[in-house]
Amino acid sequence: MADFLEENVGLREIQKLEGHTDRVWSLAWNPASGGAAGGPAVLASCSGDKTVRIWEQSPSGSFECRAILEETHTRTVRSCAWSPSGKMLATASFDATTAIWENIGGDYECVSTLEGHENEVKSVSWNASGSLLATCGRDKSVWIWEVEPENEFDCVSVLQGHTQDVKMVQWHPSVDVLFSCSYDNTVKIWAGDGVDDWHCVQTLNESQNGHTSTVWAVSFNASGDKMVTCSDDVTIKIWGTDSPHVQSCDAYVPWKHLCTISGYHDRTIFSVHWSRNGIIASGAADDAIRLFAENKSCELDGPMYKLLLKKEKAHEMDVNSIQWSPTRNQLIASASDDGTVKIWALESKPW
Amino acid sequence: MVTGLINANPTVYEKKERRVRPAASDMDDEYRVEPVDQLEIFDHIRDIKDPEHPYSLEELKVVTEDSIEVDDQHSSVKVTFTPTVEHCSMATVIGLCLRVKLIRSLPSRFKVDIRVAPGTHATEAAVNKQLNDKERVAAALENPNLVDMVDECLAPSG
Repeated sequence: MADFLEENVGLREIQKLEGHTDRVWSLAWNPASGGAAGGPAVLASCSGDKTVRIWEQSPSGSFECRAILEETHTRTVRSCAWSPSGKMLATASFDATTAIWENIGGDYECVSTLEGHENEVKSVSWNASGSLLATCGRDKSVWIWEVEPENEFDCVSVLQGHTQDVKMVQWHPSVDVLFSCSYDNTVKIWAGDGVDDWHCVQTLNESQNGHTSTVWAVSFNASGDKMVTCSDDVTIKIWGTDSPHVQSCDAYVPWKHLCTISGYHDRTIFSVHWSRNGIIASGAADDAIRLFAENKSCELDGPMYKLLLKKEKAHEMDVNSIQWSPTRNQLIASASDDGTVKIWALESKPW
Repeated sequence: MVTGLINANPTVYEKKERRVRPAASDMDDEYRVEPVDQLEIFDHIRDIKDPEHPYSLEELKVVTEDSIEVDDQHSSVKVTFTPTVEHCSMATVIGLCLRVKLIRSLPSRFKVDIRVAPGTHATEAAVNKQLNDKERVAAALENPNLVDMVDECLAPSG
């Protein structure tokens, strides 16, 4: 990343995707499409209009809406996540269900509906191998589901521990450790004991230099030894662990607060995403997008992370989700209360 | 009214006289954009009815003109309201009514913060957090019972 810091970078709006008739809450790039993965890049977006839209990049480079997934969820679709193979899409809704969609010959069909949460489901995440799914919601619980043959999903654990609304669940990128963040201001880390029992192995709260208000999102760096969280307290926090690959309850290596990035957004930060090549993107209720990168300069006492770029008025309204393309390093998508999705390219300015 | 009101005998205050704002046609330049000000915001919310009384938020002094901060240039509106009693379980409904009315009335560029006045509610921090979590607000506004309640409070008085 050092080369980026020496230069001026810009975020160029490539396209504005219109079609949703209410706020767009969340986005997910299909990990098995675009770039080296082959085929056109595919992006899913979900909205308060109760639908999911699938956008596909055409040979000319522009994104077009290829499918609208509707008439399944009866309330807001809050989040969506592709399975690692890119073959299935999970969508979490305020209607208390999680739907599983499969692309069958170009048509998306709802092949399974996961019921169990008492009310709004707010987030869904697949583990690295695609064998487990996690969901969370307003009922304060986190559910772990096992993916069985023939589109069967068995709930293997219901995790209680948060004292409030759970906003997001995210599996670690390489080991089966689950992270959940909540309206109770904490991040909880859950690990299995190998016999289908899951336990909270660590809670990151204010006493560990954690957040002082709702934690909205969590994301990991490529090697999985650092994570970033963002919050209603308008800060971004970086956490690290010495041994990210330890995955059992017995030999757990804790995560520690490394630094707090503050003073950049002045309203709730809803989304944060770490790119594979080390750039942290954040989107917030101040309508802005910010990019941060590790500070590689040698100055003592300098900040660990530096602001790389700020994009004021990235959207007309709150930015709810920001996601780097998993296959094209310089491509990023954002979703907003203004009902649009934008595709941006990170570019070096020639001067 | 139903029995078991949270505050059976609220103090009712006189409505403030309405100031007449100059009509657009009186302006020297009819294309001049009038900045959104305190009075405009107050006009949007003063007639909201209390969820449990036939009085307006103005009559109960739940909101006053002075409880509104506006920064038109930065598109920011802050409304501080005073529940009639400090354990009022209707505080979140009142706050929701304020937010919905302002969302419907103001240009979408505005950022709206709704809070209970410091020291006027037993669970002040919890109420404030809930009212300013847009996901909780969005979910509440998909609940038909709550929407009915809000719509009733926002209905123009007959």
